[in-house]
Amino acid sequence: MLVLEHVSRTYPGGVTALDDVSLTIAAGDLVAIVGPSGSGKSTLLHIMGTLDLPTAGTVRIGGQNVASLSDRRLSALRGRQLGFVFQQFHLTDGLTAAENVATGLLYAGVPRKQRRVRAAAALDRVGLAHRMGHRPHQLSGGEKQRVAIARALVHEPALVLADEPTGALDSATGAAVLALLLQLHKENTTIAVITHDRDIAARLPRQVTMRDGRIEGEVRR
Amino acid sequence: MRLGPLDVLHLGLLGLRTRKVRAALSALGIAIGIATMIIVTGIPASSRQALADQLSALGTNMLRVQPVSQGDKPTPLPPESVDMVGRIGPVTRVSAVANTHAVVRRSDLIDPNDGSGLTVLASRSDLLPAVNGRIGSGRFLTAATERFPTAVLGSEAAARLGYDRLRPGTPAPQVTIGNRRFTVIGILRPTPLTPDLDQSVLVGWEAAGDLLGFDGHPTVIYLQSQERAVEDVRAVLPATVNPELPGLVQVSRPSDALAAKRATEATFGALFLGLAAVSLLVGGIGVANTMVISVLERRREIGLRRALGASRGQIRVQFLTESIALSALGGAAGTAIGVAATVGYATLQAWPPVIPAWAVGGGIGGAVLVGIVAGVYPAIRASRLTPTEALATT
Repeated sequence: MLVLEHVSRTYPGGVTALDDVSLTIAAGDLVAIVGPSGSGKSTLLHIMGTLDLPTAGTVRIGGQNVASLSDRRLSALRGRQLGFVFQQFHLTDGLTAAENVATGLLYAGVPRKQRRVRAAAALDRVGLAHRMGHRPHQLSGGEKQRVAIARALVHEPALVLADEPTGALDSATGAAVLALLLQLHKENTTIAVITHDRDIAARLPRQVTMRDGRIEGEVRR
Repeated sequence: MRLGPLDVLHLGLLGLRTRKVRAALSALGIAIGIATMIIVTGIPASSRQALADQLSALGTNMLRVQPVSQGDKPTPLPPESVDMVGRIGPVTRVSAVANTHAVVRRSDLIDPNDGSGLTVLASRSDLLPAVNGRIGSGRFLTAATERFPTAVLGSEAAARLGYDRLRPGTPAPQVTIGNRRFTVIGILRPTPLTPDLDQSVLVGWEAAGDLLGFDGHPTVIYLQSQERAVEDVRAVLPATVNPELPGLVQVSRPSDALAAKRATEATFGALFLGLAAVSLLVGGIGVANTMVISVLERRREIGLRRALGASRGQIRVQFLTESIALSALGGAAGTAIGVAATVGYATLQAWPPVIPAWAVGGGIGGAVLVGIVAGVYPAIRASRLTPTEALATT
């Protein structure tokens, strides 16, 4: 599904955030990428999500070399193959939960009517069918993150990338969100979770540990 | 992947919906510019329309023939010239007045040199139809009365002499002309095309000759011709009126003089139109400013949309649409304000309200153009943000 081969990312000024990282994520995986802050895990997520390009090495998504794509084709690839969940949810204030989720289909070229139907189905899947018409400020933190997860799932992406999905939540709500991710994994969604929290990582089937821009080790349960 | 037009519109209005007060304030700048533009074009247009209506009511087929002054004495028109003008084919009506140089007074107790600035004119009895004049009260001179000491007052002359109207059943007032008393038998309504008649006292042609020593030479000939032949008639008039000295005859069209006087009132228009352009420019800068701030504030939203699959082009389109929507909103509001103000002012002045279609079209088109120009830079800035930069904003 996703293959990184000898990927490095050096910022202007000489800071090396990623140093010769190779990683393969297969369909159906649930991977935790864990490490302390500054270990390069966020940069790794950006490169896996094609939000940033490596300075060396290749990134292949579905067999396609990301570096060879134009902005339009790369954006289309993100819109169809990838789903993102962020620590800060990034919901749009003026839109209802259903509209926020439907935004996940906007750039994939799905017709308006279908977007509404599929957004409702995705919200139902994360257990928020009763919150469709609510705006973000009317939702709790856990509900917001579930809306964001529904938005990442709605177009049935090949890979969901979650950046500290429980980072802004209290431990009980965080646990519920984690349980949702585990359930989605059982339903055969491919997910990569970035976290600094070893307890959370320990609950996932595959853990990749990072330090100083390198992969330090990998554990499979 | 392209967005549908409805989706683009939806995206463009999103920012305005969530920040209503700011959107309204920055649209206000555009609204003021457009409203000014419509008002400064609509009010003169309404005024011109009112003038055109007035002229077509008064008639534009009237001509006025006068001798040209040579030295200190005008070359008099021949006494038979009035009948000669009447024989020109397309001429439908002709009449004449002549200055008697007599002095009119309210009574013989007033200084014989104080004529109140009024002129005593000998008038043919067919004058009224030739100048589209109407009698206000009493009656005009007729074949029966024109040989007797009777007078008809112009509207201004009546006011200066102290008679606003004649009351039936009371003895007719009298005025002193020269050393004779004349009975006032009628008062005219104002005649806008021939304002000199308003300040005149009209006496019969024969009475002027018998009682005031008038020599029979007309001073002004008024005529009306068929509408289509006005210019042709105008061309042959000098030679007809005075075959010996056609160069000393002046022909004018009173409706032209009235139109020219009004035209000077409209010349301020260009200045105000410049003012409207300046306020539109200021409004445009306001929109650009709002858009730049909007892009700065919404970096995270931009990053999210990039992550959801929006290309640079789609981000550009979103912010450009927002800018155009903002300006168009101002343009629409400005058009409504401008139209309402123009209609209100025109109604107050009893003019028919006229709003030029090009002003409305230009107003809305101009607003959209301002929106495009103001939005290009912020939209490009938004699209240049890399997704990681945009998402890193806290």
